[in-house]
Amino acid sequence: MYKILAKEALAPVVKLMVISAPEVARKATAGQFVIVRASEEGERIPLTIADYDRDEGTITIVYQEVGKTTMHLGAMEVGDELASFTGPLGNPTEIENYGTVICAAGGLCIALVFPIARALREAGNYVINIIGARNKELIFWEDKMRSVSDELIICTDDGSYGRKAFVMHPLQELLETRDGIGHVWVIGPAIMMKFTALATKPFNVPTTVSLNSIMVDGTGMCGSCRCEVGGETKFACVHGPEFDGHQVDWDLLLARQGIYLDEEKQSLERWQATTGE
Amino acid sequence: MAKVIPNRVEMPRQAPEVRGHNFNEVALGFDMELAQAEAERCLQCKKPKCIEGCPVNVSIPEFILKIKEGDMPGAVEALKGDNNLPAICGRVCPQETQCEEVCVLGKKYQPVAIGRLERFVADWDLARGAAIPELPPPTGKKVAIIGAGPAGLTCAADLARYGHAVTIFESLHAAGGVLIYGIPEFRLPKAIVKAEVDYVRQLGVDIRLDAVIGKLFTIDELLGEQGYDAIFLGTGAGLPRFMGIPGENYNGVYSANEFLTRTNLMKSYLFPEYDTPIKVKGRVVVVGGGNVAMDSARCALRLGNEEVTIVYRRSRKEMPARLEEAENAEEEGIIFELLTNPVEIYGDDNGWVRGMRCIRMELGEPDDSGRRRPVPIPGSEFDMEVDIVVVAIGTSPNPLVFTEAGGLERTRWGTVVADEDMGRATKSRVWAGGDVVTGAATVISAMGAGKRAAADIDRFLKGEIAVEGWD
Repeated sequence: MYKILAKEALAPVVKLMVISAPEVARKATAGQFVIVRASEEGERIPLTIADYDRDEGTITIVYQEVGKTTMHLGAMEVGDELASFTGPLGNPTEIENYGTVICAAGGLCIALVFPIARALREAGNYVINIIGARNKELIFWEDKMRSVSDELIICTDDGSYGRKAFVMHPLQELLETRDGIGHVWVIGPAIMMKFTALATKPFNVPTTVSLNSIMVDGTGMCGSCRCEVGGETKFACVHGPEFDGHQVDWDLLLARQGIYLDEEKQSLERWQATTGE
Repeated sequence: MAKVIPNRVEMPRQAPEVRGHNFNEVALGFDMELAQAEAERCLQCKKPKCIEGCPVNVSIPEFILKIKEGDMPGAVEALKGDNNLPAICGRVCPQETQCEEVCVLGKKYQPVAIGRLERFVADWDLARGAAIPELPPPTGKKVAIIGAGPAGLTCAADLARYGHAVTIFESLHAAGGVLIYGIPEFRLPKAIVKAEVDYVRQLGVDIRLDAVIGKLFTIDELLGEQGYDAIFLGTGAGLPRFMGIPGENYNGVYSANEFLTRTNLMKSYLFPEYDTPIKVKGRVVVVGGGNVAMDSARCALRLGNEEVTIVYRRSRKEMPARLEEAENAEEEGIIFELLTNPVEIYGDDNGWVRGMRCIRMELGEPDDSGRRRPVPIPGSEFDMEVDIVVVAIGTSPNPLVFTEAGGLERTRWGTVVADEDMGRATKSRVWAGGDVVTGAATVISAMGAGKRAAADIDRFLKGEIAVEGWD
């Protein structure tokens, strides 16, 4: 039903898939996600929509092979079908003309910031994109990102490509030196978003983050993804996934992301034993 | 007059000490001999009260007579004339407050075990491969049903039998709604739900899974560009309520919806063969006194937790759970802390639940629900050690479906305003029924609402009625 039309390795363990899902593509917008189930026995995992093509009827997903489900996805090939593909879920990014905006993304999340940067640019913003990863090998979509950037800054932790820095450093410099930055998006692992949001706070620039909580249904019925924003409990799936990064209780998010670490390890080892990887 | 047989035939069940460790069905069902012995008890009243007691008015004495006569196809025909999903109803209906409550035998003796007999007939039918009734020629009208739960499936089946083209939109990856994500395997085997859903499909109903209305399509789009002539909204009450006490977001605190969805829909009890995990840590407290609380507690036990306690703020008498389910839970070793209410959940340094502070309650004056209001006893706080907390204090309708549904009025509780008899909502060509209208209630009342709405939709589509206030 949801056929894999294309598959590409963007970086070691980072893979892209183009999925046939015409009705989802018809409605998908920047900032939303889909819930994917690889097989009948599979769990439901949220993946942010990396791109969509309404004419072709496709959704692009990008994932990092870190656990059983993502490895299973990684082992699927063009022509295979996903057991389920539900979306578009969550609220779209609030796209307006903010003047000058900065989008900062780390690692895999370069793919997830792309549709947001594109939509912001189409809305008339001056878009500065900062993308970063541990090393050169993990940087991808440089050209694609450049096509939606007025300025593009690339950095790596080890300095093997672009600037030797974490994405928050050029972000901080821009906030210190430029006037009129209207809004910042930070998309990345929870720990990166936590510290980057902390760094933008003294500048009083609205900073939007996208929370990658554990979900089951993705439609508000289970509450697995609950988080606290401004002291209130929210469900990332229906109230988010984007929130004000200055209001998020990051320690709670990090703790809740770790609920199933033991089980995830067990699942992964079992997968590796069966596949011989 | 027929000889009165005072006591009902017991249905074989798994022993408590065995069933507490597996997810297989607790109640094992009648065989032909037991069923006929029970059918013998029915007085075949001239004015049967039981039919009035049934929300879908099943011809109860007729199907029981057929069992007695050994005419099983006849029993099926009598039963399924009014009920499309009898194998489910036979298992999860609260017969003791419906058909069996008004059974004439029950005045002096035990009422006829109508539910057990219904289940027997339905299972016999499924085992032989349910016969599909002859369908009328297509009317050319299209109806969209939102939600493949009890209300939606019932409404869909009836509309298909009236000759309309029916599409069900279901947000999850499997049809059944609460029958598949909520009610556990040991009360309602998923193979039974699947068989009943397959029957609905065989009536020509198209069930579209993974389709979240409000996102993929809106109600306005379904009625507009998608060309549906009518909509039935049966999305249930899927939004979990939490208690609003400190510590509710610690790791190890689940809504009952999450706990049951992981266990049942995602089959966490088969982890790691199935990928979705659930935490098993030893001491579980389930907060609430309804069927969902009983189901959560009994799942927790079967998952391998050692000590499972139900904490409920009123007394046993006010507990909304079916008596049978509370008894089953107790037999299995679930502990009941009644007249007790949580006030705070404690966590450890890693963000995991470690304890819960509760307060004892006493019953005061009756409240709006007619039940005596629980009042905290000052100074009676005490602490419990606990690893997992499951919050089963109720649910409300999920608002997602109401995106772009102009004119569809809702109450302040988030339920859809619809007339009780026909299910007509305030928006033209939209009907609603089940928990989305009533708030969390029973499977059979949802089926009843689906059935009444189907009849009204049929009359509307055939041009027999116009609805006042609709454009």
